[in-house]
Formats: sequence, structure tokens, C-alpha cells
Amino acid sequence: MSVVGLVIVFAIIVAAVLAPYIAPYPEHAGTFTDFTNAFEQPSLDHPFGTDDVGRDILTRVLFGYRIALTLVAVVLGIGVPIGVMLGLVAGYTGGWVDTIIMRITDTFLAIPPLVLALAIASAFEPTLEIAMFAIASLWWTWYARLARGLAASQVDQEYVQAAKIAGASTPHILFREILPNCLSPLLVKATLDAGIVVLTGASLSFIGLGVQPPRPGLGTMVANGTQYLPTEWWITVLPGFAIFVLVMGFNMLGDGLRDLFDVEVEQ
Amino acid sequence: MTRVGQLLRRLSGMIASLLGLSVLIFVISRVLPGNPARLALGAMASEEQVEQFAAEMGLNGPLSAQYVEYMRRLLVGDLGQSLQTRNPVVEDLIAKLPATFELISIAFGFMIILGIPLGIIAAQHRGGAVDNATRFFAFATVSVPSFFVGIVFQLVFGYYLDWFPITGRLSSAYGDEVVRTTGFMLVDTLLSGSFAAHLDAWAHLLLPALALSFSGMGQVIRITRSSMIDVEGKDYIEATRAYGLPSWLIVNKYSLKNAFIPTLTILGLQYAWLLSGAFVIEIVYSWPGVAKYGVQSVLTSDVNAIVGVTMLVGVVFVTVNLIVDLLSSALDPRVGLAGDKR
Repeated sequence: MSVVGLVIVFAIIVAAVLAPYIAPYPEHAGTFTDFTNAFEQPSLDHPFGTDDVGRDILTRVLFGYRIALTLVAVVLGIGVPIGVMLGLVAGYTGGWVDTIIMRITDTFLAIPPLVLALAIASAFEPTLEIAMFAIASLWWTWYARLARGLAASQVDQEYVQAAKIAGASTPHILFREILPNCLSPLLVKATLDAGIVVLTGASLSFIGLGVQPPRPGLGTMVANGTQYLPTEWWITVLPGFAIFVLVMGFNMLGDGLRDLFDVEVEQ
Repeated sequence: MTRVGQLLRRLSGMIASLLGLSVLIFVISRVLPGNPARLALGAMASEEQVEQFAAEMGLNGPLSAQYVEYMRRLLVGDLGQSLQTRNPVVEDLIAKLPATFELISIAFGFMIILGIPLGIIAAQHRGGAVDNATRFFAFATVSVPSFFVGIVFQLVFGYYLDWFPITGRLSSAYGDEVVRTTGFMLVDTLLSGSFAAHLDAWAHLLLPALALSFSGMGQVIRITRSSMIDVEGKDYIEATRAYGLPSWLIVNKYSLKNAFIPTLTILGLQYAWLLSGAFVIEIVYSWPGVAKYGVQSVLTSDVNAIVGVTMLVGVVFVTVNLIVDLLSSALDPRVGLAGDKR
């Protein structure tokens, strides 16, 4: 199952990166309109059909994957380093530094991320960038907690004590000694999280606070399609299914990695 | 540390989290680039009117003074007026809460009556085809966006099969018959003495509740399965087997009770998470609850309503988590309160 996950994630990443070259109608990713071809059912010309203004949905799904994966990269690219750094410092030093950092993370954990992201996004004009910022600004908290627990469990290990006695600096101990020993749980957590970030971003877009038309956000496409149900079902169902496949891929991969590294990660 | 001491520590942690959340929401709501007072009164209002309205809402003066005013109002439960509905936010929330609690409670019921049996069946057929199918299903439920599940259910069970209505809480035909006393439609329809309306309320509830339950179903299945397998390897279960007790009795009386503690913890946490899922499901099904109200307030930059909804979600979330901790520690004295691990 984890191999399947790896294949799915890898294939989608490749397809998303190459979208401008492999998509059947790359110009359909934006404001293109062709009303004579609107509402076409899935066919050989348009495997996923066309939408209300005649754009090829497969093309837009591929470009939608680009947006979803960018979101994952930005959110985890900001959240993981910040969270890990704060968590390691908190877990290693303890005392009031630990208390302050953990009190702040507790605050963020007192409310579901989607609701907080909604509140943050509401303070700005809705765009993809704001959605990214909103999600990234709260995602570090889980990594802070995880890294803190990992660091705290390593403090009394002999190799840390040895480094201390050898006169290593705190940053050296944190990032050169402790961090390498925490990588596998962090990697598993990040893989499983990638799926949740995709879902959160898609939900924001579906609600209307994320990617705005004509940009091809997957959640945006689903929301736009609902007005044409039940007859033109493909406009809604196929982009929705595309989200499911990507998240499923991340989850199967993450689960496989968890078994491989034999680590416990709270979800 | 004594139990009481633990409890006090946990409570103070909870209050600190909520205080932190109130600060966070204050920062978010005052960063709003638009002028909320202008937004509320419309373009026709004069400068003085906008000024006066802003003063009433506590939107004037230095941030520190605004914060003091904001906290004072929060503590006395005065959330101000919603710019959209023109009602006090507290009244709006009280009016819309029952719809949301009805939805997430029935969804919670689905999670239990589907998730736990599936977990037990998977554990009993460990490694077999049934186990694999259940595992795939569990994966699928955590991977699928809830709005997509909601839409597919509407499409299949609403449009194509025409078994259930796809939006709202009650058919308009029963609108006059049913008196809103509790706000819980299942209760109100019975109080009004209309069984037909009661069934109609159920019909409206089933699809959104089932769709919502999917978001946490995978977790429940997996934790039930793994704790059943855990317990079945224990000596006291081996002993019952050696006595020759039938396997249904072993499962129902001995394994399940002990396997239930971790499941209970996950279930409790999922109840709180359902509130988050409702933000999407209530939109899909036009369900007139707190979450839909929250989304509308967010889309219209209705500051007071946003503050109200986010604080409410925070309070419910934190309280449910505390109750879960207390329950699982009461059921299994070996489990400390979660706050102690620090």
C-alpha cells in the first residue's frame, strides 16, 4: 500500500511540475473561454469534460495540483523549520523558555486549524497567498510539540551528555546531535501532514477564502461546479476526486514510512 | 501530585489557552484592513455616524484601551452586535447552536455505530480480505475532503435515488406545524406532536450527519482495531479462551471493555473535531447552524460575529478535550491527566 502511495504522490508531483507541457490545453488554466465547447461530457478530446465556460477540466486539475503542492511546500517549508527550532529549544533548555513556547502552542491548539485559518483569512482580501499565510502561521505548532517531546527524550542520552562535556555549544548539540536523531518521526509527520494541508487549503478555497477564479484551485473548481449539479456532475466530481487521490497518496505513503521507521506520531 | 492538584493544573492550563486565544483573535480582528464600522453602515452613512458607531463597538482609541474594552465585554458575555443580522451576536449564537449540536451529535452516533463494529470485525479477521477492505475504507475516510463526501451523497442519495432531501432541516410543509422550543428539530417535532415531521427531520439529518461522520471514522476504526488486537494478546483473555468461553462472549464482555479506553479517548477528541468539519458540511447542506453563521461572518468581515464564533469553538474544543481527559483517567486510573506529561 505504501508503494502505491509513493507512486501516486510521485506521479502527481511529476504531472504538476510538467503541467504546462503535458496538459492537453495549457491555455485553459486561466481566463480562457470557449462557450461553444462548454459543458462537454468526458470524452477522448476532454477526458474530464469541460466546465461552464468551455475549459478542459483535466488541464485545470493538473494546474490545480500545482497550486495544492505549492501550498504544501510553503506551509511545511515555513512551519516545519520554525516549529522544530522552537520545539528543540523548549525541550532542551526547559524552564521558563519551555513554559512560554508551550503556552503559545497550546493557544493555537485550542481551536481547530480550519476555523483559525478562516478567521485569519477573513482579515484580508481572499487570495491563494493569504490562504497559504493563514495556514502556515498556525502549522508550526504541531512540529513545536513533536520536536519538544523528541528533544526532551534525548537530553539524558549519553551522546548528548558526551557532547556537553566535550564543550559543544548549545546550537551544535541541538542541530548537529539531537536533530539528526529526530528526523524519522518528523518526516513521517510531515508526509501525513501534507495530506491534511491539502484538505485544509481545499476547504478554504471551497468556502471562498482561498484560490479565487479564474485560478484553477481544486476546491474552487468543486465549489463552482455545484451550481450545475446534478446534470453536469463531472465539473464538480472529478476535481473533488482529484483532491481525494492526492491526499490518499500522501496518507498511504506516510503510513508506510511510519511502519518502516517504526515511530509513533500523534495525528 | 494529588488528583485535585492535577485537576486544578489542567483547569488553569485550559483557562490560559483560552486567554491566549482571546488575545490571538483580538490581534486578528483588529488587523482587518476594512473599516468594520463603515462596512456595517454602508456608503451612505456620514462620517459622524461611522465615528459614533465605531465608538459604540469599542473600535476607537489606542489598541491597549481597545483590548481592555474587548476583554471586559468578553468576560461579561457581551459580544456586540452582528453587522450582518443586526442582532446581538450572543443571541445569534444561542439561536444557531442547537442545529449544530444536533448535527454533530448524530454524526458522532454514526461514527460509533459504524466505526466501532468495523474496527472489531477487522481485528477478528486480522490480515484477511475483510481487514484489508476495512483498512482501505479507513484510509479513504481520512483522505476525502468532507465537502466532496457531502456533495457525492447529495448527488447519489438526493438527486439520483431521490431518497433524502439535500438541504435544510425540515420540509416547508411542516414549517407552521412545528413550534421551535428547544431548537433541536428532532425534539421540537415530537413536542409538537407531529410524527411525520419528526421523520422528516431525520430524513434531513441523515445525509449531512453521515457525511460529517466520515471525517473521523477512519481514526475510530483503526484505534478500535489496534486496541482489540492489543487486548486479545493479554493473559486474561487467553484464560477465558482456555475456560472454553464462546468467542462472542469473550469479545463482548472481556475484550471490548478493556479495548474501549483508548477508543473512548479518540472518540471524545473526534467529537470536538466534528465541530471543525461542520464548517464545510453546513455550507454544503445549507444547514442553519453556528458553523454556517461563522462562514458567512468570515465572508462578510463581520468582526463581532467572527470573534464570537471563534471563541465559542475554542471554548467547546478545550472543554471537550478536558472532559475526555477526566473520563479516561477515571476509567483507567493508570492514565494520568494529559497535562502531567509535561
